[in-house]
Amino acid sequence: MQNIELVCHVGVGPTVTGEALVTDDNFSARYDLDRIAGIFSRPQHKLVGYSYVDKIMVFNTAKGGVASAWMLHEMKSRGIAPRAILFNNVNPILAQGAALADMAMCDRFADGDVTRLIKTGDQVTVNPGIGMVTINHAGKAGKH
Amino acid sequence: MKLNAEEEAMLNGEQGEPRRWAMEHMMRVGRFFDAEDFVEVTQAHIMADTESLGEAGVKFLEGIAACTPAERQVRIPMITDPRGIDFCHYQRLRQTELMASLEQRAIDAFEAMGILMTNTCINYQTIMPPVRGEHLAFGDTGVVIYCNSVLGAYSNFEGGPSSLAAGLTGRTPRYGLHLDQNRRATRRFRVDCELRSLSDWGALGGILGARTGSYWEVPVIEGIDSQPGSDEMKHMGAAMASFGSVPLFHLVGITPEAPTLETVCDPDNLVAETITASDLDAFFTRYGGKGEKVDVVVFSAPQLSLLEMQSLAELLDDKHLHPDTSLLACTSPVVAADARRLGLVERIEASGALVLEGMCFYQSYAREMGEANGWKRLMTNSVKLTNIIGGYGYEPTLSNMENCVASAIAGEVL
Repeated sequence: MQNIELVCHVGVGPTVTGEALVTDDNFSARYDLDRIAGIFSRPQHKLVGYSYVDKIMVFNTAKGGVASAWMLHEMKSRGIAPRAILFNNVNPILAQGAALADMAMCDRFADGDVTRLIKTGDQVTVNPGIGMVTINHAGKAGKH
Repeated sequence: MKLNAEEEAMLNGEQGEPRRWAMEHMMRVGRFFDAEDFVEVTQAHIMADTESLGEAGVKFLEGIAACTPAERQVRIPMITDPRGIDFCHYQRLRQTELMASLEQRAIDAFEAMGILMTNTCINYQTIMPPVRGEHLAFGDTGVVIYCNSVLGAYSNFEGGPSSLAAGLTGRTPRYGLHLDQNRRATRRFRVDCELRSLSDWGALGGILGARTGSYWEVPVIEGIDSQPGSDEMKHMGAAMASFGSVPLFHLVGITPEAPTLETVCDPDNLVAETITASDLDAFFTRYGGKGEKVDVVVFSAPQLSLLEMQSLAELLDDKHLHPDTSLLACTSPVVAADARRLGLVERIEASGALVLEGMCFYQSYAREMGEANGWKRLMTNSVKLTNIIGGYGYEPTLSNMENCVASAIAGEVL
């Protein structure tokens, strides 16, 4: 199947490839995660119980809480972190955190709602340097 | 980004590695948000509790602290958000020696950089309230939304690394709330309900935050018919920032940038959404827990002002907590010193409650504290705390301060 290229704003971090885990929910590392177990722990979060480790996470936007700026760095240092995080629109905290952690992060997609453009299970390459996300081949239909 | 000579020198490492890192970090962030240049800031405030820093973050700070004094000292007044440990009480809270030792290492590093350990998220009430138009690099979303909205200062949400970078260089990338065009209202709300307690103001903030839902949207609010004070604005702002990542709001006729609706928006192009008493009621009832045993009552997030400490003391006078319920009140070192001098701490603690100084509950290894103390049902008047603490394994109940205290005495959610 043909690759699909999604243009977004130039982001931060390295080019990475991995499996997408997608939700139209929002994200805070402080509010939503059990960072020791590497899973979503907030009962109200749509991904509660799911592992985020090594995933290309796709969210709508970021929620309050400045702690995420340190937490991405801390999570990456232990190897229990997402490989990349994509948003429709991100707040400064998550972008600052990705800059410190050298984690791939992009937002502002030209073709619309990224939580609908990418499905859970898709193999995705994120290239923040040029602002491009490629769906390498169609994954199984997403649950979220 | 356009750099001046001094910024170029810092970026080239001519003023040491910490300032080179700081410039590089801020330029990554600035490019992300299309900043064209930097803006000088007058104060920085850093969120750096060790639960979020972790070993990796503390090592990062120690790396900067190990540089020469000329290289590592911050350039502008810089203060800290609450810590994760109150060294007088951490053993009673069953926090570990490892947590205390990590905390001490972080403090040593901050002090080596010349950062003042104010340990507070109510610096706008207690340390140095900003002035309208002042550009800042403040951490803690509650601090930022208050200073932007109530005081008319200019700050983005600055996470720890970016606050530190601003402190080291005296500047921050000019994007977001540093630009006037991003401070115009994009959402319009009308409040049609009575606000009787701090938790009501918090609930309104939570509702507005959830409906606004973005850092890049600015709500303007009409219809407030009671005059809010600093604590009301504190609870409302902290909840709005927590529920919606919102960094700025305008209250028509109250906050400085919105003397009239027309000042901040074109009313013909913004339809008002109404917040009613039933919206407020529904916000409270979603938390539940009535009749259940309450394990811990927490007043925190934001830290208590001196007036809140006085209210708490009055509610607890001649009362004793239920033996199976704890009550924690977190405040800033400045307020704690005054509260102690005025006898408020003694009155609060005579009930069996604990006053914690310089820390905030959710920034203090809340999951581990809950597990060690068997705390599950948590009651609070802080809407912000209810939004955060579920992810740490607690079941939160929201109520006003009076009912929280009565429940702590009864041992069950009233």
